[in-house]
Amino acid sequence: MNSLSIATSLGLLLGLTAWPALAQEADPERGKAAAAVCGTCHQPDGSGRHVADGESWPRLSGLNAGYIANQLHDYKEGRRRNASMQPFANMLDDQQIVDVAAYYAKLPVTDGQGGDEADEAQLARGEQLALRGDWNAYIVSCKSCHGPGNEGVGSTFPGIAGQHAGYIEKQLLAWQAGERDNDAQNLMGAIAKRMNDEDIRAVAVWLSRQPVASE
Amino acid sequence: MTIRRKTMALAGATLVAGISLAALAEYETLVELGYPAPREGELVHVPPTMQDLDEADIHPELKQVIRRGHDLFTNTQQLRGENVFNDMNCSSCHLGEGRLPFSGPVWPAAVTLPDFRGKNQHVNSLEERLAGCFAYSMNGAPPAYGSDDMLALSAYHQWLAKGVPMYPDQPIYGRGFPRLDEPEQAPDYARGEQVYLEQCAICHSKDGSGHYQDGKYVFPSPWGDGSNNWGAGISRTFTMASFIKYNMPLGQPMSLTDQEAWDVAYYINSQERPQDPRYTGDVRETRERFEATFHKHTLYGTERQHDGTLLGDHANMGEKKEMLPWNLGVPRFEDLKD
Repeated sequence: MNSLSIATSLGLLLGLTAWPALAQEADPERGKAAAAVCGTCHQPDGSGRHVADGESWPRLSGLNAGYIANQLHDYKEGRRRNASMQPFANMLDDQQIVDVAAYYAKLPVTDGQGGDEADEAQLARGEQLALRGDWNAYIVSCKSCHGPGNEGVGSTFPGIAGQHAGYIEKQLLAWQAGERDNDAQNLMGAIAKRMNDEDIRAVAVWLSRQPVASE
Repeated sequence: MTIRRKTMALAGATLVAGISLAALAEYETLVELGYPAPREGELVHVPPTMQDLDEADIHPELKQVIRRGHDLFTNTQQLRGENVFNDMNCSSCHLGEGRLPFSGPVWPAAVTLPDFRGKNQHVNSLEERLAGCFAYSMNGAPPAYGSDDMLALSAYHQWLAKGVPMYPDQPIYGRGFPRLDEPEQAPDYARGEQVYLEQCAICHSKDGSGHYQDGKYVFPSPWGDGSNNWGAGISRTFTMASFIKYNMPLGQPMSLTDQEAWDVAYYINSQERPQDPRYTGDVRETRERFEATFHKHTLYGTERQHDGTLLGDHANMGEKKEMLPWNLGVPRFEDLKD
């Protein structure tokens, strides 16, 4: 008997409903159907939208599937809080979460928005923070965790290059204010709190302008 | 909390006698993070940044060479397979581009060398000191003395030291990896493993192999073939403990207790890594030969606490092809000796 069937028998013995791990093979096709409701904001192609002076909807296309799934679980379980997102996350069961995540992860990456009007000084500061950091303020570069090209590392550190400026800015501000804290070991929170509003704006616009190649 | 920052009008700021408010302000962020404040009588130097270099009044070709040095320092992997045979960059251990106090800032080398070095028992130049980093920390073979790469790295070090007097008498604020107080309890493998899993593994992997994304290096390997070899300074437990306390987890320095830093350093330095390039073919003999000058601080050639494994008992060099790089074991000034 392999460990999976042991787990199944154990689950049956204990009168549990189906062991979630059993049903977690991701199916992007099923995900597409389950994601129909997501498209209203995140768009059918997963491109999301930069909304100036409002709540931007992040691009999901091409993000790491594990990262998307983790965020959905965090919304459901209250570790990440957002009034618009929470009810939708609650509509998804564990299976739908892995399916939806797999679906968006496979979609071709679209361009980041919201960086068109950035000025040169802002872009220079943004590039510095993204690629080299500002150690005088102990701001570690984005790249040191989000990876070469800031395209993400595993399911822990999401791709941030080519993400909408409005979304990045809002998230960093949320970390700074303690409104978002679902990062591992406060790795992002600690750094966000050392950034000022101009830093956050600069890095958000610079990142939004960085092209990302689809897998 | 937003920390006030100011742009330096001049490249670098150094304080030799007493502590100026300007130099203190530059390190205010560190002090707020829990680092020790500069003490009376310490030499406090704020090395110039790459932005300062752009504005500096020096020959454009010198600027290019210093930039090349900075590039080699922060992306030493470009020398992979030639001078570097592990996954490290200089900046993996010398955070903040070699400028940061308590992170082995590299500019002191430019103002204190040539000097006698206990590790190899003779007077070393800056180039020889850099060659040592390549031989041990990068598990490699150094670029030749006088080569373009050596010159570029030296120039970057010297540029960072701009304005500091040669052979300063004062102690240097944040030099090296300052030794932590002895831990209350002797460092422990199991406690260290626990700290590692909770605080380090998310980036550096449970098995210490670090992390690559799409074939590109992201997080360095704390042990194993991708890491520094047994002869590197950081394989000394006290150096690793200090590096961790003052620099890790990345972005959260000073967050571990001293005990946690010692324990996790002990755990990491109880793992295997490429052979010490001074290996004689026998680990116990090699340990004994370099015990007084180095290995008394490492676990090399000793039996590991939790399972009795003899550490370093192998001829594994990682990716490196030859055990002894050209720069090691070369005597100096034999004619001056009695």
